[in-house]
Amino acid sequence: MRVRMNGEWADLEDRTIGDVLRRYGLEEKRVVVEANGEIIERALWDSTPLKDGMVLEIVHFVGGG
Amino acid sequence: MTPYTIGGKTLTSRLFLGTGRFPNPLVLKKAIAESGAEVLTFAIRRVQLDTVDEDAVLQHVDSGRMTFLPNTSGARTAEEAVRIARLVRAAGIGNWIKVEISVADETLLPDPLETLRATEQLAKEGFAVFPYTSDDPVLCKRLEEAGAAAVMPGGSPIGTGLGILNPYNIERIVERVNIPVIIDAGIGTASDAALAMELGATAVLVNTAIAKAKDPVTMARAFRLAVEAGREARVAGRIPKKKYASASSGYETLISRPTKTTGAVT
Repeated sequence: MRVRMNGEWADLEDRTIGDVLRRYGLEEKRVVVEANGEIIERALWDSTPLKDGMVLEIVHFVGGG
Repeated sequence: MTPYTIGGKTLTSRLFLGTGRFPNPLVLKKAIAESGAEVLTFAIRRVQLDTVDEDAVLQHVDSGRMTFLPNTSGARTAEEAVRIARLVRAAGIGNWIKVEISVADETLLPDPLETLRATEQLAKEGFAVFPYTSDDPVLCKRLEEAGAAAVMPGGSPIGTGLGILNPYNIERIVERVNIPVIIDAGIGTASDAALAMELGATAVLVNTAIAKAKDPVTMARAFRLAVEAGREARVAGRIPKKKYASASSGYETLISRPTKTTGAVT
């Protein structure tokens, strides 16, 4: 299925948001996930299914003032 | 230094350190230590999925001792700032948020109306809101009324190092608002931070002036000392400015003072 991740379309076979984060080695990192504008709490990553056309934002903290 | 309370936390250091633009994580770590800062600022950005070994700044800092003040930089509207603030809260690093809303022009000056709207909304949602604002005493009062935990007027535009362009306004803000005033943005060198504290600021936020100094670690120490000195001077109370000189020792007992005629010694 096609999802839009951080502004780029990607074809993924993953079933859940948890799968996507594991694919990128982010499951242990301090990241926050938003799916279609809603924040998905960490505890719900594995039970939230990926859907065709879903818009995902995966963000983290960077240096800033 | 005497502890003080801000945004529900008791702190000792009055220097807040921004974590952007440091040459590398090691220098950042050392600068944090030398600065004595207890509050660090960050930004929120997309994870770059093609470079897995990303430079997430939080992994380089000792989170036990620190209070985090993430900003909403990049937001152009109140709605965008609120969205970023909610993402921050979901990350589980506390409820402090620095509202920073500007159209990305060459000054990066904050949008006053959007900043006020975001402050109001986020205060309602239970955030400790620290709006980065222009140095306008009336606006700062309005931000206080909207529920801000502190106001953060800029000394001059972000990253310019022009120092405090309008000390008069900063003094009026300090007089007028009943919440902490943190001078944010534009600080160029240690004396600017000392001046901010002498004008009555509660704290100073510094990033570029330390991160881009030739020696960031030493500059971090210089800022720690300057903020402490400025605070002490504020508490001690400076002398009023006067137009004319007044001698330090007086002239009553000057050795060359004309001799009084008191008659011959016999």
